[in-house]
Amino acid sequence: MNDILEPIDKLEPLKDIGGVAQPLLQVVSLTKHFPVRGGLFAPSKTVRAVDDVSFAISKGETVGIVGESGCGKSTTARLLMHLMPRNSGDIIYDGRTVGRELSLRELRRGMQMVFQDSYASLNPRLTIEESIAFGPKVHGMADKAARLLARELLGKVGLRPETFANRYPHEVSGGQRQRVNIARALALSPRLVILDEAVSALDKSVEAQVLNLLVDLKREFGLTYLFISHDLNVVRYISDRVLVMYLGEVVELGPVDEVWDGPAHPYTRALLAAMPSSDPDNRTETPPITGDPPNPIDPPSGCRFHTRCPFAEAMCGEATPKLTEITVTGHQAACYMAIPGSGHSKAPAAGVQ
Amino acid sequence: MTVMTDTALQAAPATKARGYWATVGRRIVRDKVSMACAFILLLIFLAAIFAPYLHLADPYQGSMIRRLRAIGTPNYPLGTDELGRDMLARLIYGGRLSLLIGILPVILAFIIGTGLGVVAGYVGGKLNTAIMRTVDVFYAFPSVLLAIAISGALGAGIVNSIVSLTIVFVPQITRVAESVTTGVRNMDYVEAARASGANAFTIMRVHMLGNVLGSIFVYATGLISVSMILAAGLSFLGLGTKPPEPEWGLMLNTLRTAIYVNPWVAALPGVMIFAVSICFNLLSDGMRSAMDIRN
Repeated sequence: MNDILEPIDKLEPLKDIGGVAQPLLQVVSLTKHFPVRGGLFAPSKTVRAVDDVSFAISKGETVGIVGESGCGKSTTARLLMHLMPRNSGDIIYDGRTVGRELSLRELRRGMQMVFQDSYASLNPRLTIEESIAFGPKVHGMADKAARLLARELLGKVGLRPETFANRYPHEVSGGQRQRVNIARALALSPRLVILDEAVSALDKSVEAQVLNLLVDLKREFGLTYLFISHDLNVVRYISDRVLVMYLGEVVELGPVDEVWDGPAHPYTRALLAAMPSSDPDNRTETPPITGDPPNPIDPPSGCRFHTRCPFAEAMCGEATPKLTEITVTGHQAACYMAIPGSGHSKAPAAGVQ
Repeated sequence: MTVMTDTALQAAPATKARGYWATVGRRIVRDKVSMACAFILLLIFLAAIFAPYLHLADPYQGSMIRRLRAIGTPNYPLGTDELGRDMLARLIYGGRLSLLIGILPVILAFIIGTGLGVVAGYVGGKLNTAIMRTVDVFYAFPSVLLAIAISGALGAGIVNSIVSLTIVFVPQITRVAESVTTGVRNMDYVEAARASGANAFTIMRVHMLGNVLGSIFVYATGLISVSMILAAGLSFLGLGTKPPEPEWGLMLNTLRTAIYVNPWVAALPGVMIFAVSICFNLLSDGMRSAMDIRN
């Protein structure tokens, strides 16, 4: 197929170690607290941005993360990329714990990220080709080979290299820039790509094109995606499984169709109900939940959602419900109403399921 | 897909990408005001550098008979000063010292201030606090006062006034460098570079310096005019150059007694200071807009 004179070098993807059965990424009790300095005499407080978050991503799947702004989606992404230090928790990439069996440098080869702001994530002083070639060069590729690879990848993301390679970021449109960012992420041959609101800033038609591109690239390169978005329609379209976050915690997790058809956590239900319908007979008349999310500096005790939950009972404010498996397909929810025999009046009886 | 990509790769680009600075250069050449300023500055610089070859009168040779001649006197196109020395020669020779003590402190402060500010902005944390609070101590004083105080402490002289002006400008450039660096450091492309596994040095070289230096350079160019005026002020107060050395600020001081007798001649050194500083100011404005390449 490749009939040009010089074959295009690629960085070898990290070896598959555990086979299909082993998750590509395991996140165990990931926690990030930001200290908030109080005034001169006020005690310092902490924002619990990400609190004891655990999940796993299988090889080849797309996991979506949804939630209101400020719920810790992007912080989770940055923690996974090690762009900020975490307080505690382990990140295990294909069976190897980062920092112990897997070096940070190797992790960065295996995991890349696409940012929301397509303009801010490209250096205005570098041409598109130089931006894409930067990563491979950091990992030891010669300048010429890296530039050839950059041009190859530009073709893969649907941009003609001869037109775009020498342009500067301000000379191309937002959708094209986001394609460049995707090419840049792919330049290191990662197996996992984190897409942090990667299509949120694009207009609808361009968003659809980029989503389709992502689906194509996933098939071609055998990628695994962690897809962070506040757009529920987009998450449903692209994800296999979805993870719902509220105030730094995972409240529900499961196959996307199951969560959409039978949301087990009242927050997920409210979130889905808040989606505007395109059917005028089916308008949303009353807001599903009211009020703002509570201040994460001082999160409510027990279930963090109980202050806004229409079904809250006394027990909800006392102890935090654990994320519990509710179906055999891996649908989990952290709500007493979904946990059999929890004592909540709406909970199924123990043993029934 | 592959076929298209391959043909695309073979069709090497006919148009070589213009570098960033080439584009900026082209934009600034098109700006008439900047070019006029650059031309005037070039003339003044060339005249100052090649002063000995211009067949000028001796700038030190005075005469009691021909004191304070008006502008346009034969043989003395710009008149004579209070000691009968040729003003044209003194202004041109004066440019050598004035430009030196106007520009050298800014260059020195640019080097030191950029170093401090970029390190403070990139490393952040305690080092940032240490550097920036120290700098703030100097920044708290008005620059004229600080320059006079340091010059006064060090004693009069050209070297001392260069040192004192450098100390005045380091905090200002450090502050700008720090804030620009902090801004760039938080950009997503720096995060993306970190995510690609690059070390701090590479990120600094490839992604930060280019985006940081431009703004600091523009700011420093603007400071040259301030430096010229401060240097002239120090000389005026007797803290810079000493007579009979020709220097614009000092000339302004000694000619001040002649302001009622021959105001036009007395104003000439001031006109030179004004012309040079406004040219540097306009040039720095022109560079600022030329470097904002998005428009």
